[in-house]
Amino acid sequence: MNLVTISGPPSSGKTSVILKTIDSLKARGLKVGVAKFDCLYTDDDKLYEKAGIPVQKGLSGALCPDHYFVSNIEEVTQWGLKEGLDVLISESAGLCNRCSPYIKDIKAVCVIDNLSGINTPKKIGPMLKSADIVVITKGDIVSQAEREVFASRVNMVNPSAVIMNINGLTGQGSYELSTLLHDGEDDLKTLVGKKLRFSMPSALCSYCLGETRIGESYQMGNVRKMNLPSGLDAEKRQGSQ
Amino acid sequence: MIKKEILEHRTIGEILKDYPFTDSFFKNNGLEIAGAESLNWASYFESIDEEEREDRALEPDQLISQLAEFINQMLEFLDEGQQVHSLTILPGTDKSGQPEGFDEFVVRTGEVISIVGPTGSGKSRLLGDIEWVARKDTPTGREILINDDVPDTSWRFSGAKKLVAQLSQNMNFVMDLSVEEFVELHAESRMVENRGEVVKRIIDEANDLAGEQFKPDTPITSLSGGQSRALMIADTAFLSQSPIILIDEIENAGIDRKRALELLIRQEKIVLMATHDPVLALSGDRRIVIKNGGIAKIIETTEEERSILSHLEELDRTLLSYRTRLRQGESLID
Repeated sequence: MNLVTISGPPSSGKTSVILKTIDSLKARGLKVGVAKFDCLYTDDDKLYEKAGIPVQKGLSGALCPDHYFVSNIEEVTQWGLKEGLDVLISESAGLCNRCSPYIKDIKAVCVIDNLSGINTPKKIGPMLKSADIVVITKGDIVSQAEREVFASRVNMVNPSAVIMNINGLTGQGSYELSTLLHDGEDDLKTLVGKKLRFSMPSALCSYCLGETRIGESYQMGNVRKMNLPSGLDAEKRQGSQ
Repeated sequence: MIKKEILEHRTIGEILKDYPFTDSFFKNNGLEIAGAESLNWASYFESIDEEEREDRALEPDQLISQLAEFINQMLEFLDEGQQVHSLTILPGTDKSGQPEGFDEFVVRTGEVISIVGPTGSGKSRLLGDIEWVARKDTPTGREILINDDVPDTSWRFSGAKKLVAQLSQNMNFVMDLSVEEFVELHAESRMVENRGEVVKRIIDEANDLAGEQFKPDTPITSLSGGQSRALMIADTAFLSQSPIILIDEIENAGIDRKRALELLIRQEKIVLMATHDPVLALSGDRRIVIKNGGIAKIIETTEEERSILSHLEELDRTLLSYRTRLRQGESLID
């Protein structure tokens, strides 16, 4: 089985791109399944079901979505193997722009859209910078010049990636993507022992553990303060009240 | 080809001096290099504290590989020897597996080719084959040659160089910039040298094509449909890296279509134009007829057909003059 991890900001067009790409993979006689990871809500699983694609969904709820992803991806892989899939695609939204669920030696695809603004490539961390393939969507609604500027900005932060324009509505470009996702030589049996390409942001503060009150005396663990002009620190403010 | 091992032994200042364009790489990756010119790669990253490196997900080893890749791409990009002179399509099959109706189709720079056929007949697939420089490995089985030769795969995989630029009807500008700032930004991303001159030229040409004039400080989002199309075409003619331009129907309003095509031809582009407008179709040298996912035939524009052209153009002009009168609030009856 081949595993492909696809991620990208919310509403960038991941599901549309995946659905169209699976059409092309299926046309080649490959069996494809999807594991959809999201935060609070998704009904994309119904879209996959409707297209006759085996799907599992996981909602991270109160947990960090990418940490949740790593904690579950091996089990999902085993599910894919049991289903007899040739290609298993994991879909997850990069919510804090710092995280990246990519795994070493596992194909990583990042989906971003032309409408997100030309400074976006600069703002997204490893999710964009360490992807093997960057798919840019929604090119049909912006000008050629904007597409070129956007692609060149992506290229600047990730020169080694294959950059592809895909139209999620018509599927233009999805056939080409499909040819890059399946390698007959690849035969993944387990992810145990493999490593993430990037460490995820560390955090463990009182708010991670359910604290809701605001104020310095309630903050414990990994807490960091912004650099604000002097005279604004908490103690002084409290003193002047 | 520069290897990352070589870069590792150079200082930041040396890298910048040898490859001035790396300035934008550092900027876009959020690397502050002012004052760090004397440091080499490893000591530069040691100068950033570990916590900050982790916060910003900076991985020195990965970044230097990316930098080497970027430099190699830019060197190739700046090498003018890579001009595209011709595009060849070798036939495959249509959706039913029938061979396409031509032997070999060669288009050279400065030519205009029309593409005709109903919606869904396979125009996008043809475009896809060209853009992906098909090697009998797409559903049609077509093969694409560049300059009479099997092209190298960088056309397929490189982010900075794409074979086809697309201009379509329903595109918009979405950036919050003035016309001048916008063209400037595009020029910058293309590493154009005489930027100010090019920007001015594009705005002048666009104004020439557009029915109504606009100023360099006009916000791009407030341009009219005709003005937007004029700017997109002028910008693509001068600044697009792609040697092939696909135009998806130029609407006959607010823009001089004939001059728009002439502008692209002058810039040595190969122009493919999907259109069902007889005036535009006849201005092409040949037209590709697409049916059932394949190229059914290729028709050469004959002298006889061209003789109708002047009549059609006359009708076109008449219609256009009525439009102008309508716009200016005049009566349509003399």
